[in-house]
Amino acid sequence: MPIHYYIYQACVLFSIGVAGVLTRRNAIIIFMCIELMLNSVNLLLVAFSKLHYARAVAAGAAPTTGTEAQLFVFFIMVVAAAEVSVGLAIIVMMYRNVHNVDINFLNRLKH
Amino acid sequence: MNLTQVLFWLLSAVAVFSAIMVITRKNPVFSVLYLIITFFAISGHYILMNAQFLAIVNIIVYAGAIMVLFLFVLMLMNLNKESEPQKNKYMLWSGAIAGGMLMLVMIHALQTDVPEKINSIGAGDIGLIKNLGLTLFRDYVVPFELSSILFLSAMVGAVIIGKKE
Repeated sequence: MPIHYYIYQACVLFSIGVAGVLTRRNAIIIFMCIELMLNSVNLLLVAFSKLHYARAVAAGAAPTTGTEAQLFVFFIMVVAAAEVSVGLAIIVMMYRNVHNVDINFLNRLKH
Repeated sequence: MNLTQVLFWLLSAVAVFSAIMVITRKNPVFSVLYLIITFFAISGHYILMNAQFLAIVNIIVYAGAIMVLFLFVLMLMNLNKESEPQKNKYMLWSGAIAGGMLMLVMIHALQTDVPEKINSIGAGDIGLIKNLGLTLFRDYVVPFELSSILFLSAMVGAVIIGKKE
């Protein structure tokens, strides 16, 4: 597949995530849209690693070029998992304080 | 159209459709389920690019662990009903137009005249577990161990934040 199809796919998914963050008011759905954006960027990184690999093989370089990008995606997933656990704990704490997860009620940083 | 192209367009259509459903459904549980479908489609893209390790990790970590965590929190808060009175139509339209504009600008900025082909099914073995594992434990041992400390601190932080006074 040509590389620009993957670029367009990742751009469309990222923009859907941005539109979701801007339009929805439920804090959990906003969080899910952020996960969607992270995933689109991961897809783009893997596509670029394959592009890098194809170029390196065509130029006669070592056939392990591009492994680093996929490890980078792996570390992004690790950090995303840690981030989700802390973020959901924060949302649960906010729900316990104001009994709502609508972000219009969360704009004062205190209650 | 060969098999790769058919699979690519099918997975792209599924991913974009369910991503749109994520941000348009009123019920948060449906949003979570559609997001799981999106993650499976993205894993299909990884398999299509022969990045098998990332495909499996994506399914296990995202669709398996993170989404279950989201569902747990939704059920815990009793939010599994349609509870979002979207009063401000103006805000909704401006958000949608802003997202669409961002998409247009990014697609136009990243356009290339001579698109390069990346490899299709089964070509290139950099995504296999053997190569990734060798690189991970040979060159990236320190970041790997640091990520375990990150997980420990995230776990302690989540417990402390979630604890009642």
